[in-house]
Amino acid sequence: MELLSGADMLVRSLQDEGVEYIYGYPGGSALHIYDAIFRQDKVKHILVRHEQAAAHMADGYARASGKPGVVLVTSGPGATNTVTGIATAYMDSIPMVVLCGQVMSHLIGEDAFQETDMIGVSRPVVKHSFSVKHPSEIPAVIKKAFYIASTGRPGPVVVDIPKDMTAPTDRFEYEYPKKVKIRSYNPVVRGHTGQIKKAVEMMLKAKRPILYAGGGVILGKAASQFTELAKKLGFPVTSSLMGIGAYPQTDKQSIGWLGMHGSYEANMTMHHSDLIVCIGARFDDRATNNTSKFCPTAKIIHVDIDPASISKTVRADVPIVGPVDSVLNEMLELLAQAKTSPNTDALADWWKQINDWRASHSVLYTAEEDRPIKPQQAVEAMWRVTGGDAYVVTDVGRHQMFAAQYYKFDKPNRWITSGGLGTMGFGFPAAMGIKLNYPDNDVALVTGEGSFQMMMQELSTCSQFGIPVKIINLNNQSLGMVRQWQDLNYQERHSQSCMQSLPDFKMLIESYGHVALKVEKIEDLEPTLEKAFAMKDKLVFVDVMVDPKEHVYPMQIPQGSMRDMLLSKTERT
Amino acid sequence: MRHIISILMENEAGALSRVVGLFSQRNFNIESLNVAPTEDPTLSRLTLTTIGSDQVIEQITKQLNKLVDVVKLVDLTEGVHVERELMLVKVKAVGAQRAEVKRTTDIFRGQIVDVTNTMYTVQMVGDNEKLDAFIQALGVNGILEVVRTGVSGISRGEKVLSL
Repeated sequence: MELLSGADMLVRSLQDEGVEYIYGYPGGSALHIYDAIFRQDKVKHILVRHEQAAAHMADGYARASGKPGVVLVTSGPGATNTVTGIATAYMDSIPMVVLCGQVMSHLIGEDAFQETDMIGVSRPVVKHSFSVKHPSEIPAVIKKAFYIASTGRPGPVVVDIPKDMTAPTDRFEYEYPKKVKIRSYNPVVRGHTGQIKKAVEMMLKAKRPILYAGGGVILGKAASQFTELAKKLGFPVTSSLMGIGAYPQTDKQSIGWLGMHGSYEANMTMHHSDLIVCIGARFDDRATNNTSKFCPTAKIIHVDIDPASISKTVRADVPIVGPVDSVLNEMLELLAQAKTSPNTDALADWWKQINDWRASHSVLYTAEEDRPIKPQQAVEAMWRVTGGDAYVVTDVGRHQMFAAQYYKFDKPNRWITSGGLGTMGFGFPAAMGIKLNYPDNDVALVTGEGSFQMMMQELSTCSQFGIPVKIINLNNQSLGMVRQWQDLNYQERHSQSCMQSLPDFKMLIESYGHVALKVEKIEDLEPTLEKAFAMKDKLVFVDVMVDPKEHVYPMQIPQGSMRDMLLSKTERT
Repeated sequence: MRHIISILMENEAGALSRVVGLFSQRNFNIESLNVAPTEDPTLSRLTLTTIGSDQVIEQITKQLNKLVDVVKLVDLTEGVHVERELMLVKVKAVGAQRAEVKRTTDIFRGQIVDVTNTMYTVQMVGDNEKLDAFIQALGVNGILEVVRTGVSGISRGEKVLSL
């Protein structure tokens, strides 16, 4: 058997795990590992300009591919800089393995140079973490880290590696484990058949049902089963923000996503339903509004792989713990064998009501001549230009909501957003991670000046590695969502939400060797976007000057029920 | 309501901090906690008492079960169980007090485990309420120091918490 150092075993383990790219930044404690990376060419390393970007790049790749993203950083500041990225992945259940250098074992606890207790710092935002105690355990630890990150409810795993664990002089026999067994970690492999039967019976009897997909349908690779179930039943389909793409949004059964800025018809349908079939969503506060007023007439079937997500905020009547794909398969089998069919008369009445809701508030913004471009128009134009098939990545704020509302997603894994943590700065690196791995696809970042400036140093990484993402900056010269809340709740006192000294984005972008375009008139919008997406090999930044006063609507009224919404600056339900 | 949750977990560095961290992170209560290795040195047994509604206790047990280090757990208060806590009390014992403290200790079936000419150290074993009652009987004025281990517990009958 081969004798390898800890550093070589680590890199070999990544090779054996099938990792193509890792994202990171070197430093003292990680230098043995970086030397091992230099001496091979299977695992390619992308050098970012800030470690937070490395975590978001890995995250973006994981969201698009369903496989864990891998980060490599040094100890101390290198490790702590990834924490926001790890927390972002944790909140959205994204598989990720973060390899952190650590000071030499004998220095731990002595406040050594670049020492941080990374296991302690990251503890609340990881699924699990490992500290390497002996070089020979590195292959097994890496195997376990990937296994834990990608099974059950996925999440980030941190591996802390003291520098002496990777010393080139200490060599050990290398063998990558084929299987892994952890006695205290056994994710469920199927749902309870009795509960699934009960759920199917309820679905067949329901008069005002709604199917509700969460991010779990996408993470669980079950969009096709979910779509099949929806077609069989003929129910209206909604999703959480994270569940966008689980069901084709251009289909007539799709009523849009729900929640704080969800569609009018989705929120109304949910509120008046008699049965909610929730697959892989966790009823978070931005989706439910006030839980005590939540859907008073609905029974709830809740399928989730994480038992702790069930009955956490909203009580489930039929809880089903299991992987969404296997539960959906079982539901489909039961439906195929069922002697009864869905209640078509009641469903016809239900659809009539839903279509009335849909018709009454289908137009949510008005474009005016000679007025600034509406941000909604920019997203709609982008949808047309990309044929509805781009990976659309966002940052956080109003642009994020406009992108979610006006781009129609027909496929899973195409809508990439920080839904749980709401991390400004997430978008650009996440888009880079996707473009690198899917070079033939359009990858569009919809962002704003606030978010983009949090990670714009990565323009340099894009130059070095040739990552031609397209950046659509909805420029409203303010922190739009903050400003909207200040308009509504603080009598337009715009405390610290206006950025008075924005850079000249054209000069900035061009200084890194990229292309910058600017749009101020509506007639230039679509041609400019066409031009941008036609430049396949160039990073193009399109600065779209949009109406700073445009608000996002609908907007649920805080502490209200699902149906309590502001529909414009002057109307409410 | 008060619950006693008993956890069998990996005897590994960081496991305890994950359990304790979960409670502060999710705004759960810990009234008392103790932990020690079992007859199998790879496993630790942690017992904690907590207070919460049924819904909160359900979340606590679900969230604890999600921790990779947690092998198994049981809410002892769901069934019949034996519950014990050990307490050491250092108490002033001069003059008339000396006999009174001795008598009270005997009534509660405690033991005096250390003596000087001005004080006694009393060891007391029992459930929560018994220990509280003993402290009350002594009166706060005489007490110099109190150490309690926190509650330990085990199910009655054949039921066991093991691998």
